[in-house]
Amino acid sequence: MSELKRTGLYDLHLELGAKMVPFAGYEMPVQYPLGVMKEHLHCRAQAGLFDVSHMGQVILRAKSGVVDDAALALEALVPVALLELKEGRQRYAMFTNDAGGILDDLMVANRGDHLFLVVNAACKQADIAHLRANLSETCEIEEITDRALLALQGPAAEAALGGVVPGGVAGMKFMDVAVLASGFGDLWISRSGYTGEDGFEISVAAGHAEALARALLANDAVEPIGLGARDSLRLEAGLCLYGNDIDETTTPVEAALSWAIQKARRAGGARAGGFPGADRILKELAEGPARLRVGLRPEGRAPMRAHTALFADAEGGAPVGEVTSGAFGPSIEGPMSMGYVPAALAAEGATIYGEVRGKRLPATVTALPFRPSTYKR
Amino acid sequence: MKYTEEHEWLRVEDDLVVVGITEHASTQLGDVVFVELPEPGATVSKDDEIVVIESVKAASDILAPVDGEIVEVNEALVDNPGLVNEDPLGDAWFFKMKVEDLSALDDFMDEEAYKAFIE
Repeated sequence: MSELKRTGLYDLHLELGAKMVPFAGYEMPVQYPLGVMKEHLHCRAQAGLFDVSHMGQVILRAKSGVVDDAALALEALVPVALLELKEGRQRYAMFTNDAGGILDDLMVANRGDHLFLVVNAACKQADIAHLRANLSETCEIEEITDRALLALQGPAAEAALGGVVPGGVAGMKFMDVAVLASGFGDLWISRSGYTGEDGFEISVAAGHAEALARALLANDAVEPIGLGARDSLRLEAGLCLYGNDIDETTTPVEAALSWAIQKARRAGGARAGGFPGADRILKELAEGPARLRVGLRPEGRAPMRAHTALFADAEGGAPVGEVTSGAFGPSIEGPMSMGYVPAALAAEGATIYGEVRGKRLPATVTALPFRPSTYKR
Repeated sequence: MKYTEEHEWLRVEDDLVVVGITEHASTQLGDVVFVELPEPGATVSKDDEIVVIESVKAASDILAPVDGEIVEVNEALVDNPGLVNEDPLGDAWFFKMKVEDLSALDDFMDEEAYKAFIE
């Protein structure tokens, strides 16, 4: 196994008492002394600071200098409408393969003369190779390696970040992006995140990252949050973890991500199809997929974790699906899972059975998110 | 108080063996979110998996430390699993066992030996 990489905040994590674990090739904090449960609840009540510097930051610039050309080029790799993405706005997208599966999910922002992409850590080298292989003729693809990425999430995030950005960030809405000057250099800020909370993701020059993190943590409302709570927060928010809930074998339609495929890319749209796997994805949009990602609320308190086999009945029969993520939800005070079930069993309120330690336990198909999100629309 | 290599503590109270997990174990587990207890009256053998604990991180089992009969379980843990983190050595006992011969406990570690074991 190759040596684990460290983010620029590694020493700070140790100083804060983090327990470090390997994640996507990096040594990352899984929890701090507060512990997973309290970190989760703190983020929902006040604000949490996450080091997400392991994620990939990529600039995609059309050789023509026109951002629309970069948008059109990238549309060849994602089933998402990017030409309509306005300057200063960000959109969720996914790279698909020829079978309609998902290679990675990502954020795409229009920053005036170029697109800014944030991709998953585990996929970033493959994503960049994929972009270079397909878009090099028309675009320049630049991986940003000299900037850290922080996420500040929770109801107190706006005030805490406002404290270090002179003009404040109150004017930004969910999925807005901006470059704002600060005492820590230019910050590339998006009002987004992966917790279901209002909050921000902040790209900061590596040399200023630790100072910015310390300045944010100096605010009494802000606690550092590890990967453990990041996972329970995103799961309560109904958000997919790449590699668990979505991968090369799941299509966006099966994954209940059809909302991310805008009209322009669907049958009859201005730029229908034209992305890898379009045949299958457009067919599934029209006819419905064979299986669907759903939320599950197990009865009782026992969590149904990833890979729990799902059954249609309390006894007998072969498995009809599998849990892809499962944990205890500190804010909903009960267990929660996501998994794939046949479309016929995906109706809200349906009962499905998960086999936990040899026993089939009932779970109810539940609308996602498990907890209403509090984005600033 | 005696200690097992499975990080259980054993305390004799009114001729019954009371079993819980150590502070070290509760810290390692992280926040406990689910506890499944055996049925009172169950006859168990040493090393049977008789309690399931799920924390925010993973599921683990508690083994019967010796042969015997479960006479009482701590139902409070079912409604409030977090007690295992708050008071592992006190209120968060898991079950009480009747055993034939209390001298079976002599083989387990005392506090000093357990402290050395976890270092």
